Amino acid sequence: MENRQPVIKAENMVKKFGAFVANDHLNFEVYQGEIFGFLGANGAGKTTAIRILCGLSTPTSGNITVGGFDIYRETELIKKNIGYMSQKFSLYEDLTVSENIRLYGGIYGIPWRRRKEKEKELLRKLELEEARNKLIAGLPLGWKQKLAFSVAILHDPAIVFLDEPTGGVDPITRRKFWDLIYEAADRGITVFVTTHYMDEAEYCSRVSIMDAGRIEALDTPENLKKQYNARNMDEVFVKISRK
Amino acid sequence: MKTLLYILQKEFRQILRNRTILPMIVVVPLIQLLVLVYAATFELKKIEMTVVDRDLSPASRGMVTLFNGIPFFRVDGNVAHEKAGEELLLKGQTDVVLVIPAGFEKSLMREDQAQVQLLIDAIDGNTAQLIYTYCNSILFNYNKQIIANWKGLPDFNPPTEVVVTENYWFNPELDYKWFMAPGILSILVTIIGMFLSGMNLVREKEYGTIEQLNVTPVKKYQFILGKLIPFWLIALFDLALGLGIARILFDLPLTGSLPLLFGFAGVYLISALGLGLFISTITDTQQQVMFVTFFFMMLFILMGGIFTPVESMPQWAQLINHLNPISYFMRIMRMIILKGSGFSDLLEEFISLVILGVLFLSLAIWRYRKTA
Repeated sequence: MENRQPVIKAENMVKKFGAFVANDHLNFEVYQGEIFGFLGANGAGKTTAIRILCGLSTPTSGNITVGGFDIYRETELIKKNIGYMSQKFSLYEDLTVSENIRLYGGIYGIPWRRRKEKEKELLRKLELEEARNKLIAGLPLGWKQKLAFSVAILHDPAIVFLDEPTGGVDPITRRKFWDLIYEAADRGITVFVTTHYMDEAEYCSRVSIMDAGRIEALDTPENLKKQYNARNMDEVFVKISRK
Repeated sequence: MKTLLYILQKEFRQILRNRTILPMIVVVPLIQLLVLVYAATFELKKIEMTVVDRDLSPASRGMVTLFNGIPFFRVDGNVAHEKAGEELLLKGQTDVVLVIPAGFEKSLMREDQAQVQLLIDAIDGNTAQLIYTYCNSILFNYNKQIIANWKGLPDFNPPTEVVVTENYWFNPELDYKWFMAPGILSILVTIIGMFLSGMNLVREKEYGTIEQLNVTPVKKYQFILGKLIPFWLIALFDLALGLGIARILFDLPLTGSLPLLFGFAGVYLISALGLGLFISTITDTQQQVMFVTFFFMMLFILMGGIFTPVESMPQWAQLINHLNPISYFMRIMRMIILKGSGFSDLLEEFISLVILGVLFLSLAIWRYRKTA
């Protein structure tokens, strides 16, 4: 926030699936080091947008840069500089914790020695040392999510994209997950996170609220609450959605 | 390069942990060789023959006895009428009906010639041909006997008789298993390679794990090679296993050079796996991969010359076969294993397989999309 350098810039981002417009002229900038919350109901177009920014999908039109790279021409450069955690858990369930870390460390070209250190630190932080040689399939969902996040930022990317990272777990586990997000943001990683939990919206530096493919509001949680004369983000969200 | 090694490590780990794949790799070749090679045979072991003897003379009985004496003829009863014989033929209860007309012996004595009729079930043209040939040669022997017995001459042996002696090259005993085993083996490595690699790739789509890889800077060719190499090795391993089993069970000769055979198999498998992987890049579920792969495989196998020689197919079919990697490989297998052909004899097949391999693999890499 201190550094007003945009790391993601979207101008008139449009994505159509046939006649259906999933993203309708989205305009936003995300600044380095902030936690940018991307809010909206199910089907509002959050996942579509995040997939475009990660290079998993191509937009129909619009000027978009991620990490300073053009989304049409420099997808592979973007991929070196971002991390991504999808809605659906997508590490290999038939590999162990340690083997997954090794695979992604290897793919991102982290040197062997450095990877060993990172793995050790990561396992200690997540308290997964005991489980390092266990297959991921057997881990509880909360652990899987924390592990997926840690693997997504293993290579110290400039930006990490989290698509509903805390779906289906209890509030305590969600709280702990957000501790990890703060820690990453402190290290200078920009966090782009979609969610429909409004309590999580309060943790963000700025939030945008999407409805039916459009961005209806974009500001800090404080300003939004003032603007909509609401006590919390939940009320803000309801007011916007009912418009 | 290093990235590829990490991907390969991951693939091998997953394969070794998979409880379906491992047994398949060992059990499939065993079953296929044991069952298919024995079952898919053209050899005639038993011919059911029905006789309509309307003459009931020593001459006619002599003829029937002669048929009876041949081990694979089972002369099954006598019926009185052609009609009854035809009935049996219609019901499929007999393979051939021999009709000896009334007055057969008389005609033979008086006119020095007589006629019999053979009705052969020709649903399977190959078998009918064989039955006809057998019957013909038996009747020829009967003729010789008659001439010897009745005319009182010693065994009929004209001084200038042309004697045909057969010498079957490359498969002297005409062992059908020797012909089938290389064919079955080429199908086996194709199934193992094509199915496993294609299913494996599309499984990552189904599980969503491919997304996590697609957001990394992994190169398309690295990903495809990561899917190709493990199953390429497994298919080659299965070829070795299958050859070993065939050697022990059928005494299959390995006339040509083994390194050459495996070299060709390696080139062939790149095209087969490339096609399998290409199919998996254009489909989304394992079911779809199964269906599409199955379609191509049936087409390729049946057109590839497992049962019928490619040379006797119509022109258009032979043209299609230029794009059929299995047809090259089946020929190569038989030529190296049975005939001992060398590289220079198979140069044309080699060039074709290289072209197909490059084509299919490039298609797979090109069509694999990191962006949906």
